[in-house]
Amino acid sequence: MTRTVPERSSVSVTDPTRSTAPPAAASSHEDGAAVRSQTPRRRRRFGTPRTWVRGGGLTSLLFLLPMLLIFGAFSWYPIVRTVIMSLQHTNLVQPATWVGLDNFRTVLNDPLFPIALKNTGYFALLALIFGYPIPLAAAVLMSEARRFRGIYSALAYLPVVIPPVVAVLLWKTFYDASPQGVFNSILGWVHLGPYPWLQSQSWAMPSLVMESTWANAGGTIIIYLAALTGVNRELYEAAAVDGAGLWHKVWHITMPQLRGVLLVTLILQIIGTAQVFLEPFLFTSGGPTNSTMTIMLLIYNYAFGNSLGGDYGAATALSLMLAGFLALLSLVYLRVTRSWST
Amino acid sequence: MATTEARLLTDRQAPDTALVSSADWRRPAVRYGLGGAHIVLLVLLFVAGLGPILWLAKAAITPTSDTLSTPMALFPHGGTFDNLRHAWTDLRVGRYFWNTVVLAFGSWLCQIVVATTGGFALSILKPKYASIITGLLLTTLFVPAIVLLVPLYIEIVHPPVVHHSFVNSYWAIWLPAGASAFNVVLMKRFFDNLPREIFEAARVDGASGFRMFFSITLPMSRPILGVVSIFALLASWKDFLWPLLVLSDTNGQPLSVRLPAIQAQTELGVFLAALFLASIGPIIGFLIFQRSFLRGSGLSGAVKG
Repeated sequence: MTRTVPERSSVSVTDPTRSTAPPAAASSHEDGAAVRSQTPRRRRRFGTPRTWVRGGGLTSLLFLLPMLLIFGAFSWYPIVRTVIMSLQHTNLVQPATWVGLDNFRTVLNDPLFPIALKNTGYFALLALIFGYPIPLAAAVLMSEARRFRGIYSALAYLPVVIPPVVAVLLWKTFYDASPQGVFNSILGWVHLGPYPWLQSQSWAMPSLVMESTWANAGGTIIIYLAALTGVNRELYEAAAVDGAGLWHKVWHITMPQLRGVLLVTLILQIIGTAQVFLEPFLFTSGGPTNSTMTIMLLIYNYAFGNSLGGDYGAATALSLMLAGFLALLSLVYLRVTRSWST
Repeated sequence: MATTEARLLTDRQAPDTALVSSADWRRPAVRYGLGGAHIVLLVLLFVAGLGPILWLAKAAITPTSDTLSTPMALFPHGGTFDNLRHAWTDLRVGRYFWNTVVLAFGSWLCQIVVATTGGFALSILKPKYASIITGLLLTTLFVPAIVLLVPLYIEIVHPPVVHHSFVNSYWAIWLPAGASAFNVVLMKRFFDNLPREIFEAARVDGASGFRMFFSITLPMSRPILGVVSIFALLASWKDFLWPLLVLSDTNGQPLSVRLPAIQAQTELGVFLAALFLASIGPIIGFLIFQRSFLRGSGLSGAVKG
């Protein structure tokens, strides 16, 4: 009895619609009777504050509170805010003004925009060519290893653990364009190079992709390895009885059963590479001559760059366009692949 | 040597339900081809996975002049610990290391509190509006992080209710870290699979929601708590862009933000030593908790799929 009083009062504070309930009745019997006579229908649908508390409503709300507060403040509110900001001119000092689709027009007319778009697409394509088949082949091979399995996966995963900033800065040292650079001296052993790596417009992007593939392949390998344990192994036996060779088994049993995972990792990789930022930012700052300027880097420059900077409208407009494009792509992708898999 | 080994293995295990059956293993083409492929793969993984880290470790204790002139030579003029000492004290890597630890710990705590309580409420307590909240939660999974960047930044600089800038406050890192829908979904899925009978029995015995949370759910969720913790700590250790934006005071910045800033005016050997010190923490953590790392990585694929 002593416990219900503070709980009840806290409810009536949080919920103003309950103010019709009689305040602090003498006994619980009277309280219930009074409510029943006042609002018989509402009680059946929502219950009184007391039954709500008794039924665990308050406990549920208390448990949800941290999540609702954190997500409200740092996820749901900013998402809505992005849409609003993309239609406004904001500079944090004067009040924001509505400008319609001006920000979108600014971005689309920016000569850097088509360059960034092309570079991001190029990065995604190269990452797909380098980074998609290698983890798959490695995982299939690793899952057939009869010894040292733990060592294989630990070695493959190690680069994922290295902080990306460290990885990029380390590879920047490796990419030293002088003949004494790490990669150039290794290639020098077989009389290749020296190559310009990050300093040439045509070499810069593939160099970025190589580091990115190295840094991310481990995670994909582990996902494939997990998926491979789910492959129906009895089919292998049946296929062996039917005289199927190794390649047949890989192609006709392993791959079809991995199809779901393969389709997901493909779209996830595309979504991930479309948002590439760290590599161009730290390796080249978008150079040489904008050859590694990506969409994300352009967004960063709009909002926080030294020369442009502070154009939050353009930044949010471009990030919304990117998000919209990726959402559309995923939707189309899901539609298309669904009809494939059936 | 290799052949006897292979034969011993095939005789001992002979799993016919493997992709490569024991019959396959007996064929010389498969045995040598696959055995060779495995050796090549192992060597490649050694070179790619361990090579850069070993080189970094070597460069951290090699004089700068040697690393510059002959980067692939192994200690042509002996080793030195000067680089590491300079990095730790003169570059104040120790200080930034501590900042990184504090940031990671706070982000971890916030993520664990949000994910466990939220997952518990959505999975076990299930109020009527739970499905709406779950829906809202799932939509955030599909929103790329970049969409949040600018409005979040402005929210930190000019918060809407409290008119006090949170720039340079660690709360600006800790609290937004909690908004990870991925963690909540992972927790919720785990709780969904706990046996319902236990909670029914507890409810009959009059256990409150808090009692069920602290005495039943949390003790049963150790594996998933480990996975979420590892990913929370690792993600925080790796984070770069967000701390770069909201922590402008160099004294409070983590390693990931400081390292690119100090690169230009630092001697190469000392800088590489700093890089080594920055990566040693996660590497040791991985070697100790390898299982949880790999399990969690596989899980993340399952959730995304």
